[in-house]
Amino acid sequence: MLSPELRSQVKYVDVLVIGAGPAGMAAAIAAKEAGVHNLLVLEREQNMGGILRQCIHNGFGLHRFKEELTGPEYAQRDIDKVKELGIEVRTGTTVLSIDEDRFVTAISREYGVQMFEAGAIILAMGCRERPRGALATPGTRCAGVYSAGTAQKFVNLEGYMPGKRCVILGSGDIGLIMARRMTLQGAKVLACVELMPYSSGLNRNIVQCLQDYDIPLYLSHTVIDIQGKERLSGVTVAEVDSNRQPIPGTEKHFDCDTLLLSVGLIPENELTEMANVEMSTLTSGAIVDDSLQTSKEGIFACGNVLHVHDLVDFVSAESFKAGKAAAEYVQGKKREGKYVNLKDGNGVRGVVPQKLLVPDGEAETVQIMFRPAGVYKNATVRVMDGEREVAKLKKLIFTPGEMAELNLKPEVIKGLSGGDVTIQIEQ
Amino acid sequence: MEHQITCINCPVGCRMTVTVEDGKVTSVTGNTCKRGVAYAEQECVAPQRMVTAVVTVTGRKTPVSVKTRTPIPKVKIFECMKQLAATEITAPVHMGDVVCANVCGTGVDVIATKNVD
Ligand SMILES: Cc1cc2nc3c(=O)[nH]c(=O)nc-3n(C[C@H](O)[C@H](O)[C@H](O)COP(=O)(O)OP(=O)(O)OC[C@H]3O[C@@H](n4cnc5c(N)ncnc54)[C@H](O)[C@@H]3O)c2cc1C
Ligand code: SF4
Repeated sequence: MLSPELRSQVKYVDVLVIGAGPAGMAAAIAAKEAGVHNLLVLEREQNMGGILRQCIHNGFGLHRFKEELTGPEYAQRDIDKVKELGIEVRTGTTVLSIDEDRFVTAISREYGVQMFEAGAIILAMGCRERPRGALATPGTRCAGVYSAGTAQKFVNLEGYMPGKRCVILGSGDIGLIMARRMTLQGAKVLACVELMPYSSGLNRNIVQCLQDYDIPLYLSHTVIDIQGKERLSGVTVAEVDSNRQPIPGTEKHFDCDTLLLSVGLIPENELTEMANVEMSTLTSGAIVDDSLQTSKEGIFACGNVLHVHDLVDFVSAESFKAGKAAAEYVQGKKREGKYVNLKDGNGVRGVVPQKLLVPDGEAETVQIMFRPAGVYKNATVRVMDGEREVAKLKKLIFTPGEMAELNLKPEVIKGLSGGDVTIQIEQ
Repeated sequence: MEHQITCINCPVGCRMTVTVEDGKVTSVTGNTCKRGVAYAEQECVAPQRMVTAVVTVTGRKTPVSVKTRTPIPKVKIFECMKQLAATEITAPVHMGDVVCANVCGTGVDVIATKNVD
């Protein structure tokens, strides 16, 4: 319990947004536009924009703005809108805790420790890269091993190069983009090494970031040893078998001073867990319903903190929904109806949302998203209400590198039986 | 001449064989849809790329991000990077400001993609 003196320092806000990346900004814009005026955004960094600030390459915004923007340009559009709407943003402010009663503590240089009580909270903390510790990379612990995102920050925001001869482990888009970036800045990128038999990166990035610069891509390979005392001096790479175990005799050595790890992103959910929000082991994010509300009333989640997106356009779209839903929640608009569960079936991983309200009144179209568990060609996604197919989507290809999405129309939702709904892929 | 290329327009990533004679594409095979042909015609005759980079801001610790306003010929990428490495601009910079006009004689300007106050 807080003393009366402390109690008087608690500020009430209708909607509190944590994080001012694209997700937090879109959520705040939507909440404001839906009529919430007592609105506050807290951001740890000195600037708004989140990860986009360091993604200086282009390819953002095709869906939302119908033009290709760079990361900073995409972010600036939202920053301008946030300013135009007069939304209060406290940058340099780290949220330290939240609880299920929506009591929030934060700290900044400017304001010191701050306490808030929120009518609704929107979680938009993004994700971070898997650090080296999360990987079983063997060898010495020398300098010169960075996550690709850290290297991206050095080169693009701070303007200095982490090394001259470089190997990249992981062929997701961030790794590929960094292969090109390092090359253009004068480094020699010797190889991009991928454990899986396919790259999870876009074809466009494989062509324009590796092939354009003759950087070899070793699929079904991994780094088995790291050499160097103070600074990295080389790495050993080997082919792996179908159980992802190194095959003796296939070792290759590279002399290099830098190893960049691009081995996946994990949603940053420490705060979410403090509020005892129910989590999904499949997405590493909160379990949400179609309004992006978590298992705790009045706490919403959107963007990469909910599930790792490939495209910022979809982050923004999802976050507009969360902002609007949070506004409706504090305005006392009740959603009446009964919930059904959406479950992963064959070939499907991490369906979001996991719960869907079949409303008593009129339904709206709901978009569901998931990651294919493997590569499926000429395949069909089926949405099954028990034994009955209620929707389907055919595509030439589904790959784990590209989030799949599918819309459930209002009449489909209204017609659901109330039992579990399963999403599955059939080839 | 025959080129082996991968279409980048969708995740199918069709491997295409493209024949070019006298600077013109005479045959494309391996594509699944006609977008592959359009891509092959551009890519095998006059490949172009957007270039994004950072440029030093005089007296500042952190650089400003920039891009070519439109794609430039692929063969000019490294020359363009060289010119940008030698370029310095002074604050304030606004998104869209021309940082380097007509870079390497391509007729394309390099512009800032963020603001520096
Ligand atoms: C290294 C990297 C590179 C990427 N490259 C691309 C790319 O090339 N193309 C692409 O489409 N997508 C890319 N992505 C995906 C990209 O992250 C998303 O498209 C988008 O930026 C996600 O938006 P977000 O707002 O959910 O998260 P973020 O952009 O990560 O924003 C989250 C914000 O929350 C703040 N925050 C976190 N915790 C707290 C706290 N406790 N208190 C206060 N503030 C907090 C952070 O400082 C940050 O500003 C990349 C991601 C990473 C990690
Ligand atoms: S040719 Fe058509 S189907 Fe094949 S990769 Fe290109 S766009 Fe996709």
